[in-house]
Amino acid sequence: MNRTYELMFIVRPDMVEEEQDKLISTLSTVVTSSGGTVKSVEKMGKRRLAYVVRRFHDGLYMLLTVEGSGGLIAELERRLRVTEPVIKFLTVRIDEEQKRLDKLKAIKDARRKAPPAAAAAPAEPAAEAPAATA
Amino acid sequence: MADETRGPSAPGGSSGGTAAPASDRPTGDRPAGDRPSGDRPSFGDRPSGERPSGDRQFSGERRPPRPGGPGGGREGGRKFFRRKKVCKFCVEKIEAVNYKDVRLLAQFVAESGKIVPRRLTGVCTPHQRRLSSAIKQARNIALLPFAGRAA
Repeated sequence: MNRTYELMFIVRPDMVEEEQDKLISTLSTVVTSSGGTVKSVEKMGKRRLAYVVRRFHDGLYMLLTVEGSGGLIAELERRLRVTEPVIKFLTVRIDEEQKRLDKLKAIKDARRKAPPAAAAAPAEPAAEAPAATA
Repeated sequence: MADETRGPSAPGGSSGGTAAPASDRPTGDRPAGDRPSGDRPSFGDRPSGERPSGDRQFSGERRPPRPGGPGGGREGGRKFFRRKKVCKFCVEKIEAVNYKDVRLLAQFVAESGKIVPRRLTGVCTPHQRRLSSAIKQARNIALLPFAGRAA
């Protein structure tokens, strides 16, 4: 049962680049070792926090897109919780939303093709109606 | 004739003797002047309902404002022309409401940090649902404040 999750976490702003990469690589190994895949890694950079978290006003935002099972996510969250520099994290399941968007898009595409057919359909009954009366 | 036969049967069938005198009093007071006696039985059918029905007439008059009741403001909107609110997400065809899109979400958060209600923003119900959950997710990851302005 593979699902897609988005793992966003904030690390303390004074974390050096190497340590960030190290953290990401350890997380990636956790993912791959339990049968998941890391789809993308994004460092969103430094951002001002909307409220103070552990006395920090700023934070480095990271985004990890992961495919895997729920157990994998539990393990990742556990690791984030025990990792000292991580001050906040949020996991969001995105595959169902993506599915919904794909469906909507498919409908939209179908409609784009439909109009010519729909225009042709009313013309036919109009042609038939006079024939029926005659 | 048909009316008369119907008349006595209706009050008799509905409630027996006790209700009939009770209905007589109000009918004597009010509708006697208004309506012919042939209508009485119909009043006898709802003796208890008479006063409420009187109220109902009032409320019937009030009713047009009442849908405007939350639109007491709306009625004012008719006087001073107010643009009809439309759902931003429907108009601009924004299907995905993502918690990362802070700029979008911030438009629907009041200065106090509260989610602005639908009746003020005009967002349709399905989109408001997605919007509110996205705002809550954004709050959780410190992209939006729980209360107050973003520091």
